[in-house]
Amino acid sequence: MRLFENASYPFIQWRKRAYIVTGILFALAIGAMVMNVARTGSWLNYGVDFRGGTLVQLDFKDAVPVEQIRAAASAAGHDWQITEFGAGSGHNYLVRMEEFREGTGGAGATVQSQVQQALSSRFQPSQYTVVRTEQVGAKVGDELQYRALIAILLSFAATMLYLWFRFEWRFGLAAIAATGHDILITLGILAILRSEISLGTVAAFLTIVGYSLNDTIVVFDRIRENLAKPRHGRSYQELLNLSINETLPRTVLTGSTSLMTLLSLYIFGGAVIRDFALVLMLGILIGTFSSIFVASPVLYFLENRFPHQAPKKQQAVRSQHTERQRPAPKASRTA
Amino acid sequence: MFQNTKARLGLIAALIVLSVFALWSNYNRKDDHGKPIRQAVTLGLDLQGGSHFALELDEARTALTPAQRSDAIDRALRVVRLRVEGLGVSEPVVQKAGNNRIIVELAGLSDQARAKSVLQKSAFLEFQIVRPLTEIQPSLGRMEAAIVAAFPNEGKAQGQAPGADVGGLLQTKGDAAKSATDTLATSRPLQSKFAAQGPEGQVLIANADTGAVRRYLALPQVKALLPRGTTFLWGVQDAEGQAGMSSLYLVEEDAIMTGDNLQDAQPQSDQFGRPVVVFELSRRAGRKFEKETGEHINQQMAIVLDDRVFTAPVIRGAISNRGQIELGNSTLDDATDLALVLRAGALPAPLKIVEERSVGPSLGQDSVEKGQLAGIVGILAVVAMMLVYYRLSGLFAVVGLLLYVLFILGIMAALGSELSFPGIAGLILSIGMAVDANVLIFERIREELAAGRSVRPAVQEGFQHALSAIIDSNLTTLITAAILYYVGTGPIRGFAVTLAIGIIASMFTAIFVVRTIFMVYLERRSPAAQGLSI
Repeated sequence: MRLFENASYPFIQWRKRAYIVTGILFALAIGAMVMNVARTGSWLNYGVDFRGGTLVQLDFKDAVPVEQIRAAASAAGHDWQITEFGAGSGHNYLVRMEEFREGTGGAGATVQSQVQQALSSRFQPSQYTVVRTEQVGAKVGDELQYRALIAILLSFAATMLYLWFRFEWRFGLAAIAATGHDILITLGILAILRSEISLGTVAAFLTIVGYSLNDTIVVFDRIRENLAKPRHGRSYQELLNLSINETLPRTVLTGSTSLMTLLSLYIFGGAVIRDFALVLMLGILIGTFSSIFVASPVLYFLENRFPHQAPKKQQAVRSQHTERQRPAPKASRTA
Repeated sequence: MFQNTKARLGLIAALIVLSVFALWSNYNRKDDHGKPIRQAVTLGLDLQGGSHFALELDEARTALTPAQRSDAIDRALRVVRLRVEGLGVSEPVVQKAGNNRIIVELAGLSDQARAKSVLQKSAFLEFQIVRPLTEIQPSLGRMEAAIVAAFPNEGKAQGQAPGADVGGLLQTKGDAAKSATDTLATSRPLQSKFAAQGPEGQVLIANADTGAVRRYLALPQVKALLPRGTTFLWGVQDAEGQAGMSSLYLVEEDAIMTGDNLQDAQPQSDQFGRPVVVFELSRRAGRKFEKETGEHINQQMAIVLDDRVFTAPVIRGAISNRGQIELGNSTLDDATDLALVLRAGALPAPLKIVEERSVGPSLGQDSVEKGQLAGIVGILAVVAMMLVYYRLSGLFAVVGLLLYVLFILGIMAALGSELSFPGIAGLILSIGMAVDANVLIFERIREELAAGRSVRPAVQEGFQHALSAIIDSNLTTLITAAILYYVGTGPIRGFAVTLAIGIIASMFTAIFVVRTIFMVYLERRSPAAQGLSI
């Protein structure tokens, strides 16, 4: 079976259209974040990992409407945020509280007992179980925020440095542009979905960045190789197109296998993993898009704006002559 | 790599055996209590169920120099370890994190209350003089009034409350008659909750009422009415002989001695065979202590651990740096306990919990099952794709993929690394990405074949040329994993580890293992065979 064999799509010529798509995505992303700020005061829905506070997950044996739980909580005088968890089954709920009793606490003051006490007006303890609690002090929350940011910036810087080193500066810049594009749109996705930002989200985020970079590197590696070979009169633009088309089968196939495994996680993985898988799936699509429609066009732009110097051109001519005189393929060792 | 097919196969076989062995021995591993663990790969907290705590020193009251802090954390670490041992958790994790934090992970335990109470026992020790409860008597009336004003509902609920009789607890006999008529006229929300008097002169309050009493005593008006320099402190719950009750003491706020001056505390039997705790202070502290105890003979000294009164023995005489606490009707176990508490209390600042996470075992089990299902379906999908797209070569890649899964699990078992839920997700994703290296190689081989090369050189070139792309892309992912590990905690570290192991293992299986399979296949097939099923 073959996909895109001998494809020759003029990707670079399509870049103007790609820029429009990118522009739309950027607008959606920023728009969503601005709306979030207007609605909730925070551009992303930070979870307890970053905001501090308490999170309790309840699992009810029989489905229960959220209003009942909310009523019980407010009757007990609490202003907890109660939301459903997972896809509308009515069984799982998340209770979120601002307070975290940092310190030694008082007699019987665990969060679980607090919740049980509040719910006792409407529910028997046997009707539900507390399956998970997360409590993060404000200081720890700040620290986690700080660490997450460091992680993102560091990996960004490190990979860029590596690329700059392995390829030349134009490639490095183009990769930065593509990755920046991915980061912004992924943040936009998170803002639109209003999914809770936890440490797991940061891990997913970094994975997306890593995947997109992988994709971009595969294309760049091919470009680098094609640029080093004799050009046979093809222009820079044609070589870029050729490289992208040559790597297209691989891009599509790897993207598909990754998406399939994520789809499997999304369908079978349960509520906790579902958001994680969704973010990763969208991220992979975005990353693939950026490797084809952002990285290479930016490279093309950079090459046009800052072309390689004349002496290199002469070198190219010279080496073409010598190329013809060399014998054909390299000697192959016996496999 | 080396060309000898047999040697390569030998290496692969050896690695398979090693992986299986690692998984098998991990499965049969026994914990410190001798119970078999039965986990081929160690499961993290979010899969096993359990609790995770982060503890820090509370420097709100005392500022510490970095040296003091580091030393205090080390001492706290030892004591927390001791305390955690008593919980019966298999393989508890108690670790120092950074200079100021202790991480406690208790797998299989989701009873947070019990874990918290244990962890909180290792805390700040103070010795405070106890004041007799009669000292608040003059202010009681005004206190009750303030309480009724603040909580009108509470006031109404009283009247014939059982404690009303014992309101006489605080009155001399002469007033007893007056109190009988008073109960009908005024309401006493506070005193009605005073159930009895404890052996050490404290007030006993039913556990159910402690919440209410706390609220009353927290009122600033009430606090202002207490005698100057005193405060109420709670004692331990459900002490011996006082089931269902909590103790309340009136103590002086300023401690006459703090636990960081305690150098040792040991349980012993005195000359009559009764259990006592012998303690020793530093010499300088001893001099101050001697003066203080000398001034308060026949008064009680509350031994306060983290603002809870543990016991309040009577001061029989001035004590300098060596003292003895008689425990009366207790056992040697109680003496051992108290001694441990005293030693534990020798911290310059109390410990506080800054982070707490717990996962119930049902959720953990659920996650494992879901993860397994998702993993199997994911693998099957990828296998199908590879077979359809690359036919026989796809089959070779699939074999490589299955070995990849085995090697990853084997490495994780060998390293003892924990599998977290994000880690499972990372693993499943890495399966999808592990084929990437093979896809790069196969596409290259196809190109070479299309350019007219014969099979063997094409395979050769394919593996060769794809290498640079594979290495570059995998290296960048490894960098990301390294940073995630360094900066992350808990489950994120698990994710980073599985990611990193996945990259390395996938590179090995794609390049070395699949190449070997190709070599074996090409050697074995008839020389007349043309082309390659790819």
